[in-house]
Amino acid sequence: MRARFSAVAAGVLGVALAAAGCGSTGNVSSNSGSGSGTSSGAKNVSFGSANKQLCSASVNTAPKYANPIGTIAGGAKTLSGAGSTFASPLYSTWASAYSKATTVTVAYGSIGSGGGVAAVQASTVNFGDSDVGMAPAEIAAAKGGPVLQIPVLLGAVVAAYNLPGIPAGLKFTGNVLGEIYAGKITSWDDPALKKLNPGVSLPSLPIAVAHRSDGSGTTGIWTDYLTKESPAWVSKLGGPSKSSGKTIAWPVGIGGKGNEGVSAVVSETKGAIGYLESDYAIAQHLTYGQVENKAGKFIEPCIATIVPAVNGVTFPSNLNISLTDGSDPGVYPIAGTSYALVYQHQASKAIAAGLVNFFAWVLTAGQDLNASVYYAPLGAGLQKLAYAQLKKITVGGKPVA
Amino acid sequence: MTAPAPVSAAPAAAADLRGGRRYTDRAFRAAMLAAAGIVLLVLVGTAVFLVTSAWPALRHYGFLTFLGSDRWAPSDATAGSTHPNPYGIVQFMYGTGLTSLIGMVIALPVAVAVALFITEVAPAWLRRPLSSTVDLLAAIPSVVYGFWGIFALIPALHPVVNFLTSTLGKVPGIGLAFAGPFFGVSYFTAGVVLAIMVLPIMTAICREVFATTPADEKEAALALGSTRWEMLRMAVLPRSRSGITGAAILGLGRALGETIAVTMVIGNSVLAITTSIFGQGATMASVIANEFTEATEPFHLQSLFVVGLWLLIIALVVNVAGKLVVRRTRADIA
Repeated sequence: MRARFSAVAAGVLGVALAAAGCGSTGNVSSNSGSGSGTSSGAKNVSFGSANKQLCSASVNTAPKYANPIGTIAGGAKTLSGAGSTFASPLYSTWASAYSKATTVTVAYGSIGSGGGVAAVQASTVNFGDSDVGMAPAEIAAAKGGPVLQIPVLLGAVVAAYNLPGIPAGLKFTGNVLGEIYAGKITSWDDPALKKLNPGVSLPSLPIAVAHRSDGSGTTGIWTDYLTKESPAWVSKLGGPSKSSGKTIAWPVGIGGKGNEGVSAVVSETKGAIGYLESDYAIAQHLTYGQVENKAGKFIEPCIATIVPAVNGVTFPSNLNISLTDGSDPGVYPIAGTSYALVYQHQASKAIAAGLVNFFAWVLTAGQDLNASVYYAPLGAGLQKLAYAQLKKITVGGKPVA
Repeated sequence: MTAPAPVSAAPAAAADLRGGRRYTDRAFRAAMLAAAGIVLLVLVGTAVFLVTSAWPALRHYGFLTFLGSDRWAPSDATAGSTHPNPYGIVQFMYGTGLTSLIGMVIALPVAVAVALFITEVAPAWLRRPLSSTVDLLAAIPSVVYGFWGIFALIPALHPVVNFLTSTLGKVPGIGLAFAGPFFGVSYFTAGVVLAIMVLPIMTAICREVFATTPADEKEAALALGSTRWEMLRMAVLPRSRSGITGAAILGLGRALGETIAVTMVIGNSVLAITTSIFGQGATMASVIANEFTEATEPFHLQSLFVVGLWLLIIALVVNVAGKLVVRRTRADIA
C-alpha cells in the first residue's frame, strides 16, 4: 500500500514538474539573432544579428598583454575576494584558469558591489570588486587606508525585451529608454518608438518595465546612462543625484532580484523590457535592442562595440570614471567596467605578493579569457593604466612589485 | 552533591540505586530546563537584537514616522535630514496583509472541504493516500513554489485575470481594485501561491479536528433522518469551529512571514501602495530579502530592521489574538 502510494505520488510530482518545464520553454521569446556561440579565442564575437557591419568585424579578443611583473616569490596560496555579481562569471573563469596555472586558489563571493565595498572597508576579504567606483567618502570610511581601484574588464548593459515576433535589434535612444523607465511611454506602439523603428509592426501591448529590486552596480551603469541622455528621466526622479546610482526609487515597473530575477521577468512577461548585464541576456536567449550613441548611430552591443568605450576618455589618477555615452562613433553607449578594490598599503607580505601576482595575471593573460564569458578585454590604453596601479601596492612603505 | 553514608549492606545497594537514579533524573531535568530556556532565550534575544539593530533609524526618524508614509525610497535618504522619513513602510504592511488575505480566502474553504472529504466522504481505501498527498505539498521547498508560480501559474492565470480586468476592472469604484494591465507578477499571484503553501497545514489540522467528532453524535444525526450534508453541518462543523479557527491562524502565521516564493511573484514595487490586486507590490518579508545585501544608503539597513521588528510584532499579535479566539470558541462549545 505504502509503496504503491509513493509511486503514485512520484508520478504526480513528475507531471507537475514536467508542466512547469513546458511553461518555461513555451514563453521564452525566440531570439531570431544568429547569436553565434562564441568560445574562448574566437575572433568574431557577436551578440546577435543586427548591425553586421560592426559586430561581425574582426576583433582581437585575445590581446596577449605582456606581464613584466611576472610572479613574485612568496605569494599567498589562497586569496579571498567578494563583490560585484556583474563581474562574478569572469572571476570564476579567472580563478579556475589561475589555479591550474599556479596552484593558487582564489575564492570570490558574488555578493554584490555594495557588499564588496563594505567587505573591503571592514577588511574581511583580501580584495573587493565594485562596478561603481568608490566615492571619496567611502574610501575615507575604509579601515585600512587608501584603496586602489583597478579596472579589470569592459562590459555592456543591454536593453532586453520580450515581444513575440519582433526580432533582435529594435532601436532605442537614451531619452526613449528614460521615458519608458519614467513611466511616460507606456505602450509599445508609442509614436516615439514607431518613429525610431519604421517598418517594424510594433504591437499595442503595455510595456512591462523590469528593474533590479536589489541595489546593483548594473543599475548604476544603466541609470548613469539614462541620466546623461534623458531629461525626462532626471526630472521624474527629482535631479541627477537621485536619478543615478545603485539604488533607485523606481517610479514604475517590476522588480527582479539580481540579473536572474530581471531576466526571468523579461523572459516570462510579454511586453517586458529590462536591463541586463549582457552575459545573462545571452544565457537566457533574450532579444535585445540597439541603442543610439553620442554620434547618432544605433549600435548593437558586442565586443567590437564595447572596446571603444575607453576611446577619448581622459582617466583621472584613481581611474574612477564613468564609461557610458562614449564619444567614439562605433561605441555601444551603455558600457562599463568593474573595479577590483585593493588596499594600497598591505600588512602582510604574502597577501600583498599574492594579490600583485593574481592581478598582474588578470590584467595580462587573464584578459584573453574575457571574451569567453562575453566581456571585452580592457583596451591597451586602460590596461596600461590599470597595470600601473599594481606598482603602487606597498608593504611597510616599500613597493611590492 | 555527596550521597548519604550507607548504614548497612542491603540498604546501601538500594541507596546506590536511588542515588544513580537521582543523578540521571537531575541530568534529565537540567537538560529539559536548558532546552526550554534556549527557546525563550532565542525569542527574547531575537526581539532585543531587532530593537538594537533598528534603534539608530528609530532614533533618527522617530518611532511612528515609519507608519506615516507608503513611500520607500532609500536613494532619498541622507545622513543629516530627518524629515520626511524616506522609509515609509505602510505599503509593505498592506502587501503582507493583502497577500495573506487572498491566500486565506482561497485556502480556507478548500482546506475544510478537503479535510471533510478525507474524513467523512472518501472511501476508506482513498483516505490515507489522499491525506499523504496533501501532506506532501508541505514538503515542497518554498523556492520551488516561487519557481512554479513564475513558469506555470502565471501563464495559467493570464486568461482568467485578463477577463477580470476587462470586466470587473471597468466597473466604476471597485474597478480600481481589479484594474489592469496584468503583467503576471502581482499581489494576486502571490496570494494564490500562498494559498497552496498554507493548504497542507490547514488541511491537516482540520482533518484531526473533524476526526475527533464522536461517532454517536454523527450516528444520532443520521438516525434522525439527516442527509450526509446535514449530518456534517449539524454534528461535525459546529464542534470544529475552534479547530478551524486554529487552522486558519496557523496558516495565516505561515503566510505572513513567507518570503522567497512571494518575492519571486509579487513584482517588488516598493514606492507606494498599488490599488489594483493585479498590480505589483511588496511585502515586509520580501523587501528585507531583496534589499539587505546592498543596503548601502544612510539608515537603509537599520530601516530594514524596523520592517523586521514590525513583522515580528504583527506575527506576535496575530498569534496571541488567534489563541484568544480559539479559547473563546472552545468556551462556547463547552
